[in-house]
Amino acid sequence: MGVERIRTQNPVIACHECDLLQREVALPRGGVARCVRCGAELYRSHPDSFERTLALTAGAIVLFAIANSFPIIGLKLQGQVIQTTLFHTVQTLWNEDMKSVGALVFVTTILMPALELFALTYLLLPLRLGRAPPHFAPVFRILQTVKPWGMVEVLMLGVLVSLVKLAKLAGVVPGIALWSFAALMFVMAAVAAVFDPRELWTRVSAAR
Amino acid sequence: MTTVLATAASRGMMLCHACGILARAAPHSHDACCPRCGAPLHLRKPDSIARTWALLLTAMICYIPANVLPMMHTSSLFGSESDTIMSGVVYFWTSGEWYLALIIFFASIMVPMLKMISLVLLLVSVQMRSRWQLVQRTKLYRLVEFVGRWSMLDIYVVAIMVALVQLQALATIQPGPGAIAFGAVVVLTMFAAMAFDPRLIWDPVEETNG
Repeated sequence: MGVERIRTQNPVIACHECDLLQREVALPRGGVARCVRCGAELYRSHPDSFERTLALTAGAIVLFAIANSFPIIGLKLQGQVIQTTLFHTVQTLWNEDMKSVGALVFVTTILMPALELFALTYLLLPLRLGRAPPHFAPVFRILQTVKPWGMVEVLMLGVLVSLVKLAKLAGVVPGIALWSFAALMFVMAAVAAVFDPRELWTRVSAAR
Repeated sequence: MTTVLATAASRGMMLCHACGILARAAPHSHDACCPRCGAPLHLRKPDSIARTWALLLTAMICYIPANVLPMMHTSSLFGSESDTIMSGVVYFWTSGEWYLALIIFFASIMVPMLKMISLVLLLVSVQMRSRWQLVQRTKLYRLVEFVGRWSMLDIYVVAIMVALVQLQALATIQPGPGAIAFGAVVVLTMFAAMAFDPRLIWDPVEETNG
């Protein structure tokens, strides 16, 4: 279709929010390049972005596994404790004939974060070992699509609100998963902050 | 930073939204693909305005049942009650947890409403080819994209309450039809914000510059 990639000495990039063409400049460590016209963040320079993303992803996978295997909160009533895991919450909604809401909770708090972590590992780990993973481009696009739909931090706030609500009914027992979700929230935010797609593409081109 | 002071579109170039490289393609070429990552390329998001309007209007319609219908039914020995979003806010406010009342009021009522008003403003101004407050409108769009996810809060609260207060004889909490409508509002407004192309805000500038 006559599509050709633009290659120049000083790479020209376009702002993704206002489409203005501008020349790429080298950044100091930790610097941020912003669009001169609309102020959108174009790219940033992170020291050791690649290694940090991989390390944080590994940590996030462990936290995610714990967060999904243990109960989030429990209720103490009449001497017995009723607990719920995140997946059990989804199941209850599904059985209560609220399939759409159950599916929404499943997709935004379990499926999308899992896909994001899987895609990150799939892309980063082989590159760390100096090989380009097969199907790099489609997996990279999945990663970009999935990102806005993972809502671990919103879930965390929701759990806190329901903690306060439930505390009026009965004794509330915070579960292990509550703490792992809280930690996961910070680690996922850190992954999003240090991840640099530009460096990823540079490494793939070098590995091929 | 050195500027070229032209847009990619005016030079026949397209930015790949997936991997961020610039590619040159024949104007009006359809099904062009990114030479690096294979994602579909387009000068502007396809049918951006029509798609955003469609999703936004659907969200507006769903916003009514989301606020009127109950999110939860609580039934216990002492009777049963239904909670809408607003009655939940009032409940927290009167019981002294005003900070929680504020969080829920902002996340569930203000954010979806302001988001829909902002998108209407952005769409109408783009359709009028307005050159008014370009930077501020771009910032507004950025805010809309960032803040939308927080409206999911009430869905998660309902989900957890329902799961925990199911199993016992004392009380049961069941999700209400408002939860479905509310979930739809959040998802639809997120899709609407994604369908909108902020570069359309800046396109009228290009025309007057020649």
